[in-house]
Order: sequence, then C-alpha cells, then structure tokens
Amino acid sequence: MEMFRDTRIDWLRQKWFFLSISLIFSIAGLFSILFWHHVPLGIDFRGGTQVMVKFYSQPNDDLIRSALAQNGVKEAQVQRISNPMNTAEDEVVISLPKPALEITEEQGRIAIKKGLIANYHESGFDVLKVDVVGPTAGKQLQTQAWLATAYSLLGMLIYLWFRFELVYGVAAVAAVFHDTLITVGAFSLANREIDLAVIAAILTLIGYSMNDTIVVFDRIRENLAIDRNHSLAHVVNRSINQTLSRTVLTSGLTFLTVLSLYLFGGAALNGFSFALVVGILIGTYSSIAVAAPMLVAYQSWRTPKGRVATLPVGR
Amino acid sequence: MVTRLGGRTAFVIAVLVLFCYGIVGIPHGGLKQSISKRINLGLDLKGGVHLVLAVQMSEALGTATDRDAAKLESALQASEITGVTVGKADASHPETISVIGVPIAKMGDVRNLLEGPEYSIYDVATQQDGAYKPTMKHSAIANFEALTLDRSIETIRRRVNSLGVTEAAVQKYGLGENQILVELPGLEDPTRVEEVIKSTAKLEIHAVVGGPYKDGAAALQANNGVIPFDSVLIQGVASAGAPVRSYLLKRASEVEGTDFRDAQPSQDMNGRPNIIFTLTSDAGDRFYKYTSEHSSTSATPGTMAIVLEKRVQEVMGINTAIRDHGEIEGGFTKQQAADLSLMLRTGALPASISYLETRTVGPSLGAASIRQGVHAAVAGLLLVMAFMLLYYRGAGINAVLALLLNLLMLLGFMGFLKATLTLPGIAGVILTVGMGVDSNVLIFERIREELRTGKSAAAAVKEGFAHAWKTILDTHVTTVVSATILFLFGTGPIQGFALTLTMGLIANLFTAVFVSRLIFDAILHKKGRAATLSI
Repeated sequence: MEMFRDTRIDWLRQKWFFLSISLIFSIAGLFSILFWHHVPLGIDFRGGTQVMVKFYSQPNDDLIRSALAQNGVKEAQVQRISNPMNTAEDEVVISLPKPALEITEEQGRIAIKKGLIANYHESGFDVLKVDVVGPTAGKQLQTQAWLATAYSLLGMLIYLWFRFELVYGVAAVAAVFHDTLITVGAFSLANREIDLAVIAAILTLIGYSMNDTIVVFDRIRENLAIDRNHSLAHVVNRSINQTLSRTVLTSGLTFLTVLSLYLFGGAALNGFSFALVVGILIGTYSSIAVAAPMLVAYQSWRTPKGRVATLPVGR
Repeated sequence: MVTRLGGRTAFVIAVLVLFCYGIVGIPHGGLKQSISKRINLGLDLKGGVHLVLAVQMSEALGTATDRDAAKLESALQASEITGVTVGKADASHPETISVIGVPIAKMGDVRNLLEGPEYSIYDVATQQDGAYKPTMKHSAIANFEALTLDRSIETIRRRVNSLGVTEAAVQKYGLGENQILVELPGLEDPTRVEEVIKSTAKLEIHAVVGGPYKDGAAALQANNGVIPFDSVLIQGVASAGAPVRSYLLKRASEVEGTDFRDAQPSQDMNGRPNIIFTLTSDAGDRFYKYTSEHSSTSATPGTMAIVLEKRVQEVMGINTAIRDHGEIEGGFTKQQAADLSLMLRTGALPASISYLETRTVGPSLGAASIRQGVHAAVAGLLLVMAFMLLYYRGAGINAVLALLLNLLMLLGFMGFLKATLTLPGIAGVILTVGMGVDSNVLIFERIREELRTGKSAAAAVKEGFAHAWKTILDTHVTTVVSATILFLFGTGPIQGFALTLTMGLIANLFTAVFVSRLIFDAILHKKGRAATLSI
C-alpha cells in the first residue's frame, strides 16, 4: 500500500490560501485571549484551592453549592469534569477563588470537606484529589513556564543556525510561534485550563514542529545542492512533495497515539492530550504552509530584481 | 557477503537481556513484585501528599542577629561602656544591627570590639554621632541561609520519620529559593502531618521586660511612647475567662529551640498534661546564669515568658535558679503535649516555615490513572503496529520488533536509574511510540524511493539508512533538547515525562537504526542475491 506516490502539488501557489487560514485561526485565538475567555489558567498558575470529588450518585451542582455555602464556603465554583470516555458524569471539581493569604487556602480545603461530609455523609463521596497552591507558588510556576519556553525556542534557534543557516532558523521559529499561538488560542476558545502539564505538552509540540520543519528543510537543502537549474520555488515545491508521504505518515501515527491518549487517558491528562492533538495537526500544517513559504518569500524579497533567488545551502 | 551478522545479533540479544534485567532485576517473588521493586511510582499514581514549604529566611536571620546583638550588649556592659543601645533599627533589614549612643571617648574601644573576631561576619559602617551599623556580609548571609535550609530539611525529615510515614521524601526544591519538598506516599489526610511539620517551629524563653498590657497602645503609653530597641511586643494566647494580653519581652531569647536536648510529655501534680524538658549543658549554664540573676531571691527578680509560635504561652516567676531541667505548662491537651515534645526532641526548626503548595492525591485516583494510562498506551501501540503492518507489509514486522525492543529498553532504563514513573511519564511512553516509529517511516520511505529509481534491494537499504540517518539524528536532538529544558524547569510529574521521552528517544536511535538494519540485512542475506524486499 502506498499513498502519495508521486504528488506534484504546487504548494507555494497556495500560499495566500494558507496565509488566510492561519490568519483566521490566529486572529480568532488572539481575540479570545484578549477579549473573550482570556487565557484560562489552571490552579498551578493562578493559585487557589481545588478539590476533585467523585460522588456515588448523580450530583446536582446547585445542591453542592448550597451545601458548601451553608458551611461557610462562599463563591465556590462547581464544574463537571469533561472526560470523553467518562459517561457517568459523577466527578466534580470544586474550586475556590484565589484568596488573599496563603493560609486561608488550607482552611478553604477543610471547610469544603466539612461541607460535603455534612450533606453527603462520609460514604456518599470520595475525595480524589486536593490541590492548594499559594500565590507565591503560582507566580513561581508561571515564571518557570515562561523561562522554559523562552530557553526552548532559543535552543532551537541556535541549533538550526548551527546546522543550517540563520534564515532557516528564523523561518522555523516563526512557524513554531504560529503553532504556539494557535494552540493557546484553541485553549482560550474552548475555555480549557492551562496547567503545568499543558505547558509540558506545548514545549513538546515545539520540539515536534521543529522536527517536521527540519525534515522539509533537509530535503530542500539536499535538492538545492544537486539542482541548479530550477527556481527556488520549484525546488521547494518538489522537496515538499517528496517528503509529503513521510510527513503525513509520521504525523498521522503520532496523532493516532495522542488521540488514544485523549480518549482513554483519563481526566488528569485531558488538557495535556488536547494540546498535543491540536499541536500535532498545526505543527504539520505549519511546516508546509508557513515555514517553507516564509523561506521563499524572504529570499525573494532580499534578491535584487533580475537575479534568481536562491538559498544558502549551509553546512 | 558477511556483514558480521552473527556478532551484531549477539550484541542485540545481549542488550535485550541486559534491559530485561533492568526491569525485573533478579526475579524472585512474582513478576509484578519484582517490577514494582525496580520502578517507583510517582505520587500521582500511588496516591499521597505533596507539600512545598518555604523557609522564612529573614526571620531566621533576624533571630541570629538578635543573638549577636545581645552578645554585643553584654560585651559592652562587661567593658563598662554605658549608655549604648544595641538593637534593630529597621525590621525589614534583619541583617543589620544598630548601635547607638556610644560616648565619643569610647568610640575607639567599641570600634575595636566590632572589628574583632567575634563579629567577623559583619561589615561595620560608621555613622556620625556615635552610631555604628554592623551589617552581615553577603557571603555570611548566603552561608547562613544554606545552613538553615539544610538544618530545616534534617529536622523535618526526622519529624516525618517519627510519624511513621514510610518512603517519605524530604528534599530541596525549586531554583534556589529556599524551598523544601516533602512527599508522603500513601498518606490520605495531610492535616495532622502538616501541623506537626510546620507548627511549634519556635519555642523560646524570653525575659519579660514589661506587661501584661491590654494592647499595643497601652504598652507604648507605659514606656513613654516608644518601644525600646532591644524589646519586642508579643501577644499572649487567650485562655478560659482571661482576655488576650500583650507583653514586652527582651528581644533576644534566653533559651531557644536548639537548646533543648530532650522533652517528654508528662503530667503535673493535678494531672494536667505538661512537658518535662532537659537543656543541653551549654544552654544549661546560660540558663542557670540568667535564672540565678533574676530569681525571686536575687536583687533583681524577674519573670520569664515561654513563647510558642510567636505567642506568649505562659509567664512565670523564677522561683529558684534552674540549670537544665524544667517543666512547661500551658493548658495543653495530651495530644498537644505529645506533639510538642516530639518537636522539641527532634529539634526545633531553625526558622518558621509556610506552605506554598499542598496537594493530595487519593489512592483511588492513583489506581484509576494507572489503569487509564496503560489502556491508552496499549491502544496507541496496537494502532501503530496495525498500521505499520498494513502499510509496509514485511518491513512492518521489522518496525514492530524494533518498537517492542524500544519499549523494553525504555522500561529497562527506568529500572536501572530507579526513576519514578508518573502519569505524564506514561504519556511520554505513548509519545515515544508515536515519535519513535517516525524513524522507521523515514527510513522505509527512503528505501521505497531508492527502489523506485531501480536500485537493488541491498543497495536501496544501504542508501535508505545512510540518507535518513542525518534527519533522524536532527529530529531526535531537537526533541531531547526540549525534554531537557522541561526536566530542568519542571516539577516532579513533568520531569517524569521529560525522562521517559528522552530515554525512549535515545533507545529509539539504537533500535530504529542498528536493530532495524540488522533485521533487513539478515533477511536479505537469507534470501540471497536477487532478493526483493517486502516493503
């Protein structure tokens, strides 16, 4: 069986189409980040108290809220856990808004527990998980997340500069930026929380998107070295076509595994796997639709009129 | 052509056996038992409590400088320099002592004293009008903080162990911010443990300078509107019937946490729970000196206050000189007395701590997570294997074998490193499957291309591997770089993910390239010269 045996699609001709798709998703995401849901942060980053409870009978959100309010826990947020395979819908996350002092988070947890016991008896529910994160820790984890992302991108840029040329590195990093923006935008649009695991997924994505882009660039470089007759655009198109089967196959396979994680992996990894599902699709798309055209566009722009655009071949 | 098939095959088999050993060790007991001995489960899979504590360094620093200030004061008195006040001018700068009111004639002597070996950790800044500001040097502060952190970790570890929590982990945490990580597997309710770890960090005995006052304002009034430098205002605890009072205590303590050698819960004559303590001989001497100077029979009788967690627990007169044996009462319950003695016995914390994070994972969630993770892994693996067999036919078997060996090596690595498997770690295994098979796809696609240009099977295999190698290396390096950064900046579960992904990809370099090549070569060798490849 073989797909993509001899594709001859003119990818670069479609660049305006690709650009508009990218713009639509980016702007939608950006809009949501700035004005609509903003970036929903998980408890790791915003601090606060969160208790995950499993009830043995179908719980009623309002009942839970009033039970808690009766025991002095005001403004509790009650949310069902979204889990594609969990049909029972009996798991609930109770969060308290971020308080002023660290110590009150502890008290919040104890109060939640008391409130639940009072109304559901000890055997009516099971506390699955409790997270109490103070504001200092929340800020610290945010800083760590930013630093990790920044270093990652820098590391990639340096590696690509070393293995190829700077222009390749810039195009690849631009593609990765685009991927990250759209992924975070997807979280914002879907109003899903971003926690530490999601950041880990995003960083993995960055690595993965780079991979994909490198495969295409490798082929471009190889073809440029042996083909001096055709235009840059022609060579890039051919390189993409040649690597197309490999690109689609590996993305497809990785996507299969990540999809299995999303469906079967449980609630705890749900955000993580969602990020990967979105990211792998976008990462593959961006190698073809963003990185390659950017390379060609940059070189065309830099070449004085009348000369043929070409790319440095690098090491 | 002999391409050393025999040698290479033996090598692969050796690797297989080696990593099997990594997973199960020398198996005795069941298979499951052997595996669980080698591979640790993280808290999110086992259930337990995760605490992040912050050590209040500035407070510890303040206590240390207070002690030096007291030392300085007695030294000045000993050399008969009067009129000098030693204390803290600025509460937000605990590393600076202020010495004011030095008579001009004695300035030289004071200077000499301050520059002596006793205060070598201080930089002395001279100001006009007879004031000095010794400030602790940066290196001394750094040393002090490191020491305090280590002692805190020691103490917490002892406390946690005395509570009987098995396999507890207490260690440094974070990127150098004086934080401690405590992990208590299997524990379901952290409340009592949190109390024991954190509270009663500071038990001290201070001399009472003034009080009891109704509140801070009354205290100021009684002292001409200003609190003396070397004193501090501390509130008492409410007790039955009596309102909360404040006391003015001497800032530097007479006895502090580290001076207790032993403490046992007991009962007083009326059957009320109390604590009998023993001081170290050094502290005993100091305490004897203080109590004999201020006992009710001396010229300057005084009272002392027992301060617990920055609240005055008890105030008592000094009946006789006490050397190193004493009792503390304070309306304790039996449990409180037992816990407090435990804390005094295992050593007081050198500084108070606050909780930055507390997370509890219930055991049922842990088990559910493992189950779900394994399901996802198996499902992913089966999907990938099915596809490879369908799409690449014979070569698909090659890929499947390489993949299985890859997973074996990954688990073996973890066994050897005694690494901890977390839920994101399981996700890392799943991702390794997806990204690892990428290498195979790369090679196989290249081989197909070469076959299309008319090369022989053997030549196509050779070219395929040669061209694909560089790209495989590139893609693995970038992902490992990402994973390394994740490991450096991540917390426990994320580090688990970075670890499994990295080890999986490193193992993949071996299996997708060396082992796959071996299998191809073996097949072609068996088929002979005009072989065709099922790919």
